Amino acid sequence: MSKIIEKEFFSENVARFEIDAPEIAKSRKAGHFVIIRIDEKGERIPLTIAGSNPEKGTITLIVQKVGVSSAKLLALNEGDDILDVVGPLGKATHIDKVGTVLAAGGGVGIAPLLPIVRAFKEAGNRVITVLAARNKDLIILEEQMRKYSDEVIVMTDDGSSGRKGLVTHGMEEVIGREDVNLSVAIGPAVMMKYAALTTKKYNIETLASLNTIMVDGTGMCGACRVTVGGKTKFVCVDGPEFDAHQVDFDEMLLRLNAYKQEEVDAYERFLK
Amino acid sequence: MDKETIKAERTQEWRLDLRKQIKAKERTAGIRAKMTERDPNVRNKNSDEVNMGLARELAVAEAQRCLDCANPTCINGCPVGINIPKFIKKIEVEDFLGAAKVLKETNTLPAVCGRVCPQEKQCEAQCFYTLSLKKDPVAIGFLERFAADFEQNSGEMSIPEVAEPNGLKIATIGSGPAGLAFAADMVRFGYDVTVFEALHEIGGVLKYGIPEFRLPNTVVDVEIDNLRKMGVKFVKNFIVGRTASFDDLRKDGYQGFFVASGAGLPNFMDIPGENSIGIFSSNEYLTRVNLMNAAKEDYDTPVFSGKSVAVIGGGNTAMDAVRTAKRLGAEHARIIYRRSLTEMPARVEEVKHAQEEGIEFLNLNNPLEYFADKDGRVKSMKLQKMELGEPDSSGRRRPVPIEGSEYELETDTVVVSVGVSPNPLIPQSLKDLEVTRWGTIVVDKESMQSSIEDIFAGGDIVRGGATVILAMGDGRTAAAGMHEYVQNKNK
Ligand SMILES: Cc1cc2nc3c(=O)[nH]c(=O)nc-3n(C[C@H](O)[C@H](O)[C@H](O)COP(=O)(O)OP(=O)(O)OC[C@H]3O[C@@H](n4cnc5c(N)ncnc54)[C@H](O)[C@@H]3O)c2cc1C
Ligand SMILES: Cc1cc2nc3c(=O)[nH]c(=O)nc-3n(C[C@H](O)[C@H](O)[C@H](O)COP(=O)(O)OP(=O)(O)OC[C@H]3O[C@@H](n4cnc5c(N)ncnc54)[C@H](O)[C@@H]3O)c2cc1C
Ligand code: SF4
Ligand code: SF4
Ligand code: FES
Repeated sequence: MSKIIEKEFFSENVARFEIDAPEIAKSRKAGHFVIIRIDEKGERIPLTIAGSNPEKGTITLIVQKVGVSSAKLLALNEGDDILDVVGPLGKATHIDKVGTVLAAGGGVGIAPLLPIVRAFKEAGNRVITVLAARNKDLIILEEQMRKYSDEVIVMTDDGSSGRKGLVTHGMEEVIGREDVNLSVAIGPAVMMKYAALTTKKYNIETLASLNTIMVDGTGMCGACRVTVGGKTKFVCVDGPEFDAHQVDFDEMLLRLNAYKQEEVDAYERFLK
Repeated sequence: MDKETIKAERTQEWRLDLRKQIKAKERTAGIRAKMTERDPNVRNKNSDEVNMGLARELAVAEAQRCLDCANPTCINGCPVGINIPKFIKKIEVEDFLGAAKVLKETNTLPAVCGRVCPQEKQCEAQCFYTLSLKKDPVAIGFLERFAADFEQNSGEMSIPEVAEPNGLKIATIGSGPAGLAFAADMVRFGYDVTVFEALHEIGGVLKYGIPEFRLPNTVVDVEIDNLRKMGVKFVKNFIVGRTASFDDLRKDGYQGFFVASGAGLPNFMDIPGENSIGIFSSNEYLTRVNLMNAAKEDYDTPVFSGKSVAVIGGGNTAMDAVRTAKRLGAEHARIIYRRSLTEMPARVEEVKHAQEEGIEFLNLNNPLEYFADKDGRVKSMKLQKMELGEPDSSGRRRPVPIEGSEYELETDTVVVSVGVSPNPLIPQSLKDLEVTRWGTIVVDKESMQSSIEDIFAGGDIVRGGATVILAMGDGRTAAAGMHEYVQNKNK
């Protein structure tokens, strides 16, 4: 059982949780995630560890409401318990001094991007971050990102914050004006697909952190499988980060919709 | 148990008397008890246990068949060396709790083994009836289950005695049968034992894999509760090597580790279309249903209840998956297996039960490719017919494809059950650990010690996929090995 120590809404559908998980707080690294189960009847869902406080024994999760489980989580308050929290899972990001890093975050992908941006910055890189979302409300963590980036470019679909346009426009601009040594893209699968196509044109090595459907998160079930470079990989143990130019995003997009109907039905039941 | 003890016990008064009461001839004239089973057309729609156990009279009659042999060969067939005639004779005198006690001298999970052991290949294959009389063996497995269930239902569970606590901390990694058997022995020796489990339930495959209709969770829970009463501590949601490293745990005072992390990683066939929606590993399929209760309306985890389900493979896991599919409402629940019925590795009883329940067997068929609709959902598969050729290294006749026999079969759900590979989490987190090229941990067979001196290992992570009782046997061997190692170290 893990207690919610702090909760803060970033917008109606996005919230930050600080939860009690002393062992995980100590052992986690940038790029790791946890699997949580809210209550006895809940499903196991993966969430990136956005930050941690080892002294206090807490980890930070940033959650966007998309369906039943995330809605249940957002309905919890400070002092409530989350039944199961397990981690840290996945391989940590390989952090190196490479020169200039172009980080691209879309929507709730901004949360998992934060620890990575921070780690690259602390390793002595120049970090330029492009944040993108549909509108102003969905741009989260801008302030924290500025703290760990040399420059932050904000892009919104409707122009309500920063500039109007897609994440790839912001990326193209940066690539057009300076040498980029590495790119990291995290966000919805479609966004990562186009970010990867963009950097591929310029031959810039790119990492994508994949958010497939998962069950156990320990390599036991294969629900999270994706095709990378023609081979089947398990995101939870082989990833979640992969060479974005090798990922079959089209297949991944289809697989993310595997339970579309069940999810819609479940959400309707939940609202009742 | 050594031969001398077994002999001495056999010559105890009550055993001598009992042998005199009924002549051997009369004993061998009896016929083997039949297990009462639920009606196949009812049970294939619910998750009630298929085997209903033996009634008291039947159990006693079956116990009378056992000859209490001078040389009880049956014991050699049991990987944990249960004193089989002793427990059976206790049943004959209707001391059922006493029988259960005998079982627990060597077997931590008798109610489990009595249900899922491949008895026909183990103890019962070595019974005097099988070896010399060419008759049906004594139903050792049924009797084991009878005694264990009797005890569970009696409310008088005996808690095995444990030695004075010695204060030495030992960690078990994984709560499957290997880890549980190890923990039981170590706590008996007096150690302070903690079992770490990655999932949110204790029991490993017994919980997430083997379905309710074959092994009810309550049966497993009672046995786990017993371990708790003996002093074993359980920590769920804790992945050793991740949540804490081995070094962290060493610093916390743990003096020895038993890795029983199982064979988690499911194999796929790497054929085109295999990542289509609706194609699962058997682990995923069974986990959704057994661990996450996906088939129940009020649980959040979804699962497909396909109308036409194809399960690829012929092992116990495949049988469990296909029978689960039937119970979820499949009109066609099919086994697709590349060899014939006789080569199937699944237990004979499971195959028989599956056939009764209306499972279709497409033997000598092998999938080549899957086809999906525009949403990426599997809609059909291409199969090739096979024939049997020369025996291969496993001694079974090798399946050979028949050219030009390919055909298409409609299907909306596929469960791939073609084996598992060892879970990579532990080897990933221990660079110095010696593993084989299949990823199983290398151990010394006598002690189960790995290449790192305070780490022992057993069960599927060493064997690459075996049985509950072999995993438990490893747990016991490792406990003996670890006991010696820790005692020497602390001298
Ligand atoms: C490694 C990893 C890290 C993640 N980190 C975060 C995080 O830090 N914060 C966060 O809010 N979310 C994160 N996710 C996504 C999160 O797990 C899903 O949003 C969640 O499982 C959805 O559950 P639900 O019941 O609320 O929605 P569901 O009812 O299951 O789904 C509703 C909708 O969301 C889509 N969806 C389902 N699962 C996922 C998924 N795994 N990823 C993206 N879309 C999905 C479905 O297609 C559907 O349209 C991460 C996923 C992975 C694999
Ligand atoms: C569907 C199915 C049906 C079967 N039917 C039968 C049968 O009828 N009869 C029979 O004899 N055998 C059967 N088997 C095989 C038998 O279940 C296994 O051989 C046996 O369970 C192996 O035991 P184990 O203790 O080695 O591992 P497991 O039972 O696999 O347990 C390993 C546990 O370790 C945990 N773990 C892994 N890594 C870590 C870590 N780093 N930290 C903490 N925990 C960790 C896992 O989550 C898991 O719970 C079946 C198997 C399956 C899958
Ligand atoms: S544990 Fe298995 S092998 Fe041993 S006696 Fe029982 S059924 Fe037979
Ligand atoms: S071999 Fe068969 S008959 Fe003999 S003691 Fe064992 S179970 Fe009884
Ligand atoms: S989530 Fe089960 S294998 Fe990755």
